[in-house]
Amino acid sequence: MLYDHILIRYGELSLKGKNRKVFIYQLHENVKMKLKDFTNIKVSSARDRMTILLNGEDPNAIMPICQQIFGIQSLSLAIKIDNTEEAIKEAALFTLTNVKGAKTFKVTTRRANKDFPIGSQQFNHHVGTHLLVNTEAFTVNVHEPDVEIHIDIRKDATYITSERIAGAGGLPVGTSGKSLLLLSGGIDSPVAGYLAMQRGVRLEAIHFHSPPYTSEAAKQKVLDLAARLAQFGHDVNVHIVPFTAMQQKIHREIPNGYSMTVMRRMMLKISEIIAERNKILSITTGENLGQVASQTMESMHAINAVTNYPVLRPLVTLDKNNIIKIAQEINTYEISIRPFEDCCTVFVPKAPKTKPKKEKVEQLEQQLDLTRELEELLDNTLVVKVSSVQSKQDEFEDLF
Amino acid sequence: MIYFDNSATTKPLQEVLESFHTVSESYYGNASSVHRLGLEASRILRKAHEQAGLLLNVNPEEIIFTSGGTEGNNLAIKGIAYAYQSRGKHIITSKIEHPSVLVACEFLATQGFEITYLPVDQTGVVKVDDIKAALREDTILVSIMHVNNELGTIQPIKEIGALLSDRRYTFFHVDDVQGFGKVKLELKDNGIDLYTLSGHKIHGLKGTGLLYVKKQVRLAPLFHGGGQQFERRSGTENLPGIVSLVKAMRVVTEYHLHHAEHIQQLNNKLRLELSHFPEVVINTIEDQAPHILNFSIPGFKPEVILHALTERNIFVSTKSACSSKKPDESAVLSAIQLPRAQSTSAIRVSFSYHNNEGEVELFARVLKKILKDLKK
Repeated sequence: MLYDHILIRYGELSLKGKNRKVFIYQLHENVKMKLKDFTNIKVSSARDRMTILLNGEDPNAIMPICQQIFGIQSLSLAIKIDNTEEAIKEAALFTLTNVKGAKTFKVTTRRANKDFPIGSQQFNHHVGTHLLVNTEAFTVNVHEPDVEIHIDIRKDATYITSERIAGAGGLPVGTSGKSLLLLSGGIDSPVAGYLAMQRGVRLEAIHFHSPPYTSEAAKQKVLDLAARLAQFGHDVNVHIVPFTAMQQKIHREIPNGYSMTVMRRMMLKISEIIAERNKILSITTGENLGQVASQTMESMHAINAVTNYPVLRPLVTLDKNNIIKIAQEINTYEISIRPFEDCCTVFVPKAPKTKPKKEKVEQLEQQLDLTRELEELLDNTLVVKVSSVQSKQDEFEDLF
Repeated sequence: MIYFDNSATTKPLQEVLESFHTVSESYYGNASSVHRLGLEASRILRKAHEQAGLLLNVNPEEIIFTSGGTEGNNLAIKGIAYAYQSRGKHIITSKIEHPSVLVACEFLATQGFEITYLPVDQTGVVKVDDIKAALREDTILVSIMHVNNELGTIQPIKEIGALLSDRRYTFFHVDDVQGFGKVKLELKDNGIDLYTLSGHKIHGLKGTGLLYVKKQVRLAPLFHGGGQQFERRSGTENLPGIVSLVKAMRVVTEYHLHHAEHIQQLNNKLRLELSHFPEVVINTIEDQAPHILNFSIPGFKPEVILHALTERNIFVSTKSACSSKKPDESAVLSAIQLPRAQSTSAIRVSFSYHNNEGEVELFARVLKKILKDLKK
C-alpha cells in the first residue's frame, strides 16, 4: 500500500465569502505551476479542500514544495480507498505503522456519508481494535495521542490521513494584485517582499544600480534574492535602473545633509513611474521605523510626499531581530550578508539629516533639474525576468 | 584488467574529468576577485555548495571543501579540540579508525589532550555501551568512522548519535570516506556534527573532499589566511576540484539509488566462490558494507598472492599497513583479535559499481590456480 494523495486544507481563504472561487482558482493555478515538473500528478479542487493525486510521483519531493505555497493551512498524506470496512482497516494500519516515532494513537471518524452502515463512534472502536490486534508497540490515548488517524468517509470514497503538516498560511499569491518592491540587497527588503507575498501580493522588483560604484556582484545578489522570493510565488520581473548619473548629480548639487533625502525621493518617484507603466498599483519597501536616518518619522514624511501610490511597509514596526529571524527562515539572510556595496551605502553622507524638513527638500529640489537624467535612466532600465521554478537548464547545470 | 581495489582509490569518471577540465579552462577566475571572472567563479562555487548541500540534505553553508579525507579528519578533530579546549580536553575514538584520525589524536595527546581509544568486538564493531562508559564531563569529541576501510564493518552511528544527542558540548565526528555512495547515512537525524568525505574514493579526483560542519559548531581553522569558506578553510578555492567532487557525489548517489544490489550481488558471489576454498577464512561478517570483503589465507604471505594476481592484471590489496606497530600485522585485524595466522595473511577485495560478476568468477579461478601453484 502507498500514499496516493496529498490533501490540502485551505487557509484563511475559506473565510472569503464570495471571492472564495477566485481564491481557490488562484491557489489551484499556483499549485499546478509549482508542481509542473511532476507530470503525472492531477490536482483537483473542491469547496473545502484540494487533492493532489500522485499517480506514482514521490510525495516526499512534493510535500516540501507545497509547504511553501501561500494559502495552504495544512497538508496531509492521504490514502483514498473504497468505503468498505476491510479496506479502511487495512489503510489505517498502513498509516499508523508509517508514522515515525509514535507510540500512542487515536482514531477519529467523520462520516459525511450517512449511508455508511456503522456509526462514527462505533467505527472508531472497530478500527482501533484492529490496530491494537495487528501491532505490538502501540497503545490508545484519546487525550494526547502521538498520532491521530483521521478517517473521512465521503460519498465517493474514504480518505485516511494521519499527520497534519503545517502549510505556509496566508493568501494565494496573485489574489491581492501586484506591488513593486524596492529591492536593495540588504536584509530587510526581501523580508518585506516575502511578507507582502504572504498576503497574496504578486511582486515585481526595482533595483537601483550605480556602476562603477556598485559591482556586478551587487546586482547578482539582488537577482539571487529575487530568485529566492520567486520560489514562494510567481516569476519576478526585476527592473534594474542605472542610477549613477542621477546619484552623482544629487551628490554634487545638494547640500550634504539633504542629499540622501533627495535620493530617496527620486527613487520613490522613479518607482512610481515604473509601477504606473507596468500597471502595478502599489509600492513595497523594507522600511523599518527608526532603523536608519532615512527611516525616521520625519524622513518618511519628507520622502513619502513624492508619491500618491500606496506604499506597503510590512516591516515598519517590527524588531530588527524578528526581521533577521524571518530572513534566516526564508534563506535570504545568507545572500543579504554577502559583502557587496549597494547603491544606498555608496554615497551616504557623513551626517545625513535625521529630521529633514519637507519644505526645505522641496525648495532644494526646485533648483535641481533632473529631467534629462530621469529620461535617460528610464530609457535604459533593464528588465530581468527571474523564474519561480528552478530551471533545469541552469547556466552551470552541466558542470554538476 | 580487473580492478578490485576501490577502497584504496577509484577510477575517476569521464564526466568528472570533463567538469574538471571545463572549469579549469573556462572559469579560472579567483572566486574572491571582484570582476566578472571572479563573480562567475564565485557563482559556480556557491552552486557547488548548494548542490553538495542538497545531496547531503544539509545547508550549503555547512560544507567546507577540503583536499581530501586526511584534511577533513584533521580539520574536524583539531578544529574541535582547539575551539573547545576550555570546555574539556577529552576525546573518544576507536582503535580501528583511519590513521588520519588516530595519528591526529596521538598528536593532540602530546598537546595536553587525553584520548580514549575504544576496542571493537570480534566482528569489528564499536560497542555503544563502551562509549557510554567512556564519556566524561570533559569529553568534547567522539570520532567514529561509518564504514571500516579494511573489514567493511558498519559502525552503529545512529545509536551513538542518539547517545550523544543530549550532550551539547560533546561533538560527534563521523569519517564516512568509505561509506558514502554505498551505505546510506542520514546526517540530519543522527546527531552528526562533523562528517568527512573524500573525492577519490567515489570516482572523483585525488586532492578533493569535504567536511560537513553543523551550523552552530565552532571550528578552529587548520589554515590561516584569506578567510575563504566562511573563515574555516583559508586558501583560494580549488574550483575545478570542488566541482568535480560534487559531480562525483551526484553520480555515485544515483548509482546507489538504482544499483545498490549490484555490488551486494558481487559480494555474495565472491563469498560463495570463496566458500569452496578450504584454505580461505572470511574475516568480514555478513551484512556489512557491500563493497568490501576481507579474507585470509593462513599460511600464505599475502604479498605473494598480491604479486601473483598483479601478474595476471588483477589488483587487490593487503592490509593498510600504515597504522600497525608490528610490520606485518594489520592493526584493524589485530583489534578484532584474529589469530596471528589470520591477521598476517589478509587480503581485501573492494568493488565498485563498474565491476561485474564475470570478473568475480575469473578472480576466483585465478586465485585457485595461484594457490595450487604455490603449494607445489
